Amino acid sequence: MSVPLAAPPAGWAEADRRLGPRLILSRVVALCVVEIQKLSHDRSELITRAVQPALWLVIFGTTFTKLHVIPTGGVPYLDFLAPGVLAQSVLFVSIFYGIQIIWERDAGVLAKLMVTPTPRAALVTGKAFAAGVRGLAQAVVVYAIAELLGVRFTVNPLRLLGVIAVVLLGAAFFCCLSVTIAGLVLSRDRMMGIGQAIMMPLFFASNALYPVELMPGWLQVINHVNPLSYQVEALRGLLIGTPARLPLCFGVLVAATAVGIAGASGLLARLAR
Amino acid sequence: MNAVEVRDLHYQFGETKAVDGVDLTVRPGEIFGLLGPNGAGKTTTIRAITALLPVPTGVIEVFGLDVAKRRMAVRRLIGYVPQQLSADGSLSGVENVSLFARLFDVPRRQRKAKVDEALEMMGLTEAARRLAKTYSGGMIRRLELAQALVSSPQLLILDEPTIGLDPIARGSVWERIAAVRAETGMTVLLTTHYMEEAEQSCDRVGLMHRGRLGKLGTPRALIDEIKGGTLEDVFRAYAAGEQDEEQKGLRDVRATRRTAGRLG
Repeated sequence: MSVPLAAPPAGWAEADRRLGPRLILSRVVALCVVEIQKLSHDRSELITRAVQPALWLVIFGTTFTKLHVIPTGGVPYLDFLAPGVLAQSVLFVSIFYGIQIIWERDAGVLAKLMVTPTPRAALVTGKAFAAGVRGLAQAVVVYAIAELLGVRFTVNPLRLLGVIAVVLLGAAFFCCLSVTIAGLVLSRDRMMGIGQAIMMPLFFASNALYPVELMPGWLQVINHVNPLSYQVEALRGLLIGTPARLPLCFGVLVAATAVGIAGASGLLARLAR
Repeated sequence: MNAVEVRDLHYQFGETKAVDGVDLTVRPGEIFGLLGPNGAGKTTTIRAITALLPVPTGVIEVFGLDVAKRRMAVRRLIGYVPQQLSADGSLSGVENVSLFARLFDVPRRQRKAKVDEALEMMGLTEAARRLAKTYSGGMIRRLELAQALVSSPQLLILDEPTIGLDPIARGSVWERIAAVRAETGMTVLLTTHYMEEAEQSCDRVGLMHRGRLGKLGTPRALIDEIKGGTLEDVFRAYAAGEQDEEQKGLRDVRATRRTAGRLG
């Protein structure tokens, strides 16, 4: 061997002088690459996870489109529903990252990751955007199903870039929420129960299935503090062109993700102990 | 400068004292074994050294760096393999090692060469493209050693490196550890409860029992102290002594209570 392993090349020391954002970016890239590699080895999860959104669109969507009972302002109900189902499938993918992190804790993976020169916030941000990568793969599948059912989504590249950003931010936030809960409950079984318990309320207390105006007052209040609603509103605006408060939606999603990363980072050490 | 310097380390989980006043020095370039049964406090000590557990300033230094103050700098010096078989089964061998090359900021131009080098050192070149879930236990452990070595650490920390492996795999892991040390001069700090393995492979050992580090020295010197036998005999003698001390301690407490009761 030409270079003894105990003598790292001098250039490596430069890494210590990296600025925070560069370090975070490098960790995000590292963990997103891993997620892409995993997806490339096993695509079966993409197919199994496509069943539920397909059922929502095919059964719920087509039925309620024919019934015309939900006023959607001239937009076919299936078109109205499709961005909501896309957001839901991203939520379902990312909310299970809390279970994954507990599994990683039990398997020693988390300790091994935490003994690398990776600040906790960088590790959580990496995980959050890795969830985003998986969410994006899921979004592509839902996009394709919706197109097959006749939903006419935008093909404008700028709008599609906006969709990618919304999916990444939404997945990142719900991943952080899930890791935060994992840091509080510390057990896989409890985390599974809580994951199941919060997923559907988050979905039903959002504008994914019906317009906000149809909700009772108390549900509208919950809807206003539910980040999923802002994700759906942005997706709907970008994908089918309905009115959307895009700056507000992006602002809420960025702020929620930042708070989520801070919360999950704070509890990561608790998980590693 | 010592590779590791631990001064009066205490750590408690709730009411349970996991580590109770450990002083420890690991010299550069040696293979140091922390021995003891399950629950002796070995893993807690290791986790404190790797900054996974919070420790006060001035208690632990790694190559002169205070773990409490220079956590990230210390971690750049460490390669760590936890007790569990922790390689990611859904990634190939080369992907598992590349992840750690990225996390340790191995420059892109050198990354492939360093990953290949680490895998070759662990005898995994042939299997590098296979998913890790197809590896045997011994291969996974060697893959984890490759992950830990890809960053060229100064200190390799192994928590029970041979636990759960069959004798052949255990032998192979020890061979690789010895080869790495011989080739690089790297310091190795490991925990194990396999006394015979430590006797053969460690330069010095420390015996831990109930959170305390008792005997410390070369395996030969410790065996000579009890006038022959094995390291396991040394440990039995030490553990029995500790128990006697404890019983003596309890006797002292009971005597004090009796005295206190008598005096009213």
